[in-house]
Amino acid sequence: MLDSQVTQTTADGRKIGGVMMEMKNITLRFGGVVAIKDISFDILEGEIRAIIGPNGAGKSSMLNVISGFYHPQDGEVWFHGEKRPAVKPYEVARQGIARTFQNIALFEGMTVLDNVMTGRLTQMKSGVFQQALWWGAAEREELENREICEKVIDFLEIQSIRKTPVARLPYGLKKRVELARALASEPKLLLLDEPMAGMNVEEKEDMSRFILDVNDEFGTTIALIEHDMGVVMDLSDRVVVMDYGRKIGDGTPEEVRNNQAVIDAYLGVSHD
Amino acid sequence: MTQTSQALDDLRSLPHLLRKNASRFPDRPALREKELGIWQTWTWAQAEREITNMALGLIELGVKEGDYVAVIGRNRPYIYGSLVAVQMAGAVPVPLYQDAVAEEMSYVLEHCGARFVIAGDQEQVDKVLEIQDDLKDFEHLIYLDARGMRKYDHSRLHDLRALQQSGLAAADGLQKELDSRVEAQTFETTCVMLYTSGTTGKPKGVVLSNRNIIISAKNACEFDGLKETDSLLSYLPIAWVGDFIFSVGQSYYAALCINCPESQETVLSDLREIGPSYYFAPPRVFESMLTSVVLRMQDASRIKQGLYRYFMAHASRVGQDILDGNAVSALDRLTYLIGDAVIYSPLKNALGLSRVRVGYTAGEAIGPEIFDFFRSMGINLKQLYGQTEASVFVTVQPDGQVYSDTVGVPAPDVEVKIAESGEVFYRSPGAFVEYYKSPESTAETKDPEGWVATGDAGFFDPDNGHLRIIDRAKDVAKMTNGSMFAPKYVENKLKFYPNILECVVFGAGRDRCMAFVNIDLAAVGNWAERNNIAYSSYQELAGHPEVLRVIQGHIEEVNVKIAQDAMLSGCQVHRFLVLHKELDADDGEMTRTRKVRRKVISEKFSDLVEALYSGVQNVFTETEVTYEDGRKGKISATLEIRDVKTVAVSGRIAAE
Repeated sequence: MLDSQVTQTTADGRKIGGVMMEMKNITLRFGGVVAIKDISFDILEGEIRAIIGPNGAGKSSMLNVISGFYHPQDGEVWFHGEKRPAVKPYEVARQGIARTFQNIALFEGMTVLDNVMTGRLTQMKSGVFQQALWWGAAEREELENREICEKVIDFLEIQSIRKTPVARLPYGLKKRVELARALASEPKLLLLDEPMAGMNVEEKEDMSRFILDVNDEFGTTIALIEHDMGVVMDLSDRVVVMDYGRKIGDGTPEEVRNNQAVIDAYLGVSHD
Repeated sequence: MTQTSQALDDLRSLPHLLRKNASRFPDRPALREKELGIWQTWTWAQAEREITNMALGLIELGVKEGDYVAVIGRNRPYIYGSLVAVQMAGAVPVPLYQDAVAEEMSYVLEHCGARFVIAGDQEQVDKVLEIQDDLKDFEHLIYLDARGMRKYDHSRLHDLRALQQSGLAAADGLQKELDSRVEAQTFETTCVMLYTSGTTGKPKGVVLSNRNIIISAKNACEFDGLKETDSLLSYLPIAWVGDFIFSVGQSYYAALCINCPESQETVLSDLREIGPSYYFAPPRVFESMLTSVVLRMQDASRIKQGLYRYFMAHASRVGQDILDGNAVSALDRLTYLIGDAVIYSPLKNALGLSRVRVGYTAGEAIGPEIFDFFRSMGINLKQLYGQTEASVFVTVQPDGQVYSDTVGVPAPDVEVKIAESGEVFYRSPGAFVEYYKSPESTAETKDPEGWVATGDAGFFDPDNGHLRIIDRAKDVAKMTNGSMFAPKYVENKLKFYPNILECVVFGAGRDRCMAFVNIDLAAVGNWAERNNIAYSSYQELAGHPEVLRVIQGHIEEVNVKIAQDAMLSGCQVHRFLVLHKELDADDGEMTRTRKVRRKVISEKFSDLVEALYSGVQNVFTETEVTYEDGRKGKISATLEIRDVKTVAVSGRIAAE
């Protein structure tokens, strides 16, 4: 991010820039079911943006729209000031958007290192045959990619499991490996789908630390879905609240916490 | 004579040794570290450049001769380098334990009056910043790993590499000053100050001179024939005297290469990759290696299990004799060779011990079967006995004269005597100068003739002339019936059982002995799994009746053994309980080097001690615990107390 683009600086000194991604009036339907209904919001460069809401609110669908997995029937996705056509997810990945999944999607039989290396796939230029021969440009490329992956492994402190097959790892570590794979592609925008789900307090604290560090060290913009309110309120700069596919709140954690519609959605409201 | 003193003069300090190594072996590896998955090397020439730049940077920042500079961090080339750079700048390095909490650090930093602190990473920097208001002498903090600190106020914070750059830039003006500070070093200048962990009271700063460190390192290198081709894995805390002697003293004296692991968790795989030729580990490391071998063999195929059992039995019969060069029949040698091909070598390789020429263990007693296991495979594992005040070496086992229950003969240049009270005293070139700012405790420990009290009780074994240590002298006490009470002697015997991680025996001034036991979660957990015993926590497993039955069995076996020792037969354990929490340094129950603090434990768990002696069968208790992040909580439990069979000792009954 160029300093000239910095529009605000947070209390802890992080720099937030202009609009990176803008969702304009998104509506997503599966047959007769409306998953997302006319939602608009933006993601600023360098910020941590949370999407929260009760079960079935359409949060994961929203993330899938951002990652290009779903294409909304109505509305537009703008990325870096350009309207994004209906592209394939791998093309979105090439534009610098990486993600993790709610229910871990790693290659269980492969080692941690190999899994992280797959995060570099979109950046590789040499073809299958060149790679198989591992000669010339392919070799150089692999060495460069390995170095990037090793930096991520070092950053996330998973050196001790580098050569361990993923299937043998506990849940919390798998989540961390998934984050490593996403980071290996050096994303500009990182999408995290419930990064803390199923973790104990200590694992949550570790993961929060890593998310903040990623944002801080690499300036990566982060959009995350999370159920743990404490985590969301502590981590994020701004929060979008969804309920039944609609947006019911948008603002800083403080604003959202005091928003009556949000309180009603979470605590329920009496029908009299 | 003049020639030797001239030769010694050239190596009178670590900076001198560094320069000598850099000119003799410029291209040999000095320090290695695994970084980003690859072993990165500093040659001696590089090490000299890096360290000189660091020293120049320190002088530029304002380090004066005689300053104390604290160093906190894990084993990394830059951290080791900074210890010597500090000395090069004329100051005294004070390495600290990196897992110390802020208050512990506060005491030491205040006591030594450190103006400068060199810290490894954000975690350590945060601790120093937290306590900086209490430290009136503290001025500047230098860090190695910048991660997470970009937004910190950098008026007193400095990046170590940037410091080196500015040192290099200022080299023209400062080189002369640096050289004169190095020249000013003599054998009597302080080389390092190490704080003892302190089983009682506050930590004490042990001042060790260049003579202490270099002569001790020299003697030890010559004793074991270490040279520049040897290598060592440096993974123990840098604040521990052993690590300073091995990874700095001996490394600089013999120009041997030290290797720093990638992280605390990767030590075992790094060990395998490096295959060091000189290896030190406390008994618990060997113990956990053996435990993992045994556990993994249980999952191996039947053929492998059979081979393992057959050849290990053979090794335990003849292996040690072969290692010591004793007479062994040709057939036995042949069988041993085959065993080496199919079992011993692959196993040593898997453990990373293939190339170990000299291995040491110290700090605690090692179980005879653990010790014999490694030796029988042909690993030259020996014991030594030492302490911070002695620059490690008091006694050491020579090759070929190794017994699991002794700690060897006096090390070169060391004199040892046993006082009337049974306490061991020594006099050696490694004997410390003084306790910093504490002439009274110096006088208590070291007499004017240079004899230093170890605080340990022991005797020379009449059979082989080796020293045997029984216990801490102050822990050795009398029981009400007049018999001798040596708790550690009993505890060590109990701790040899893999199921027992720690135990504390009570009995001083009482009529019978009682014990607290901590189970080993790994070993007992594995056993529970095999026996279909479900548990959800340490506490639950510790209270399981089956577990208590097994522990009771162990104690009864130990009682039988103790009964055979005429002097200590009164130390048999009569009743015991399994504690509901693991003893932990964070709760002050153990030292950072994992030695139990008896006084703290007997005060903290006084209700449990009373319950043991009162004869009740169950006791309810509540204990405060500290979590890793410093938060406190409470755990409560009802503990079952069991009676243990003891062996009547004929001699004493007759006397009664």
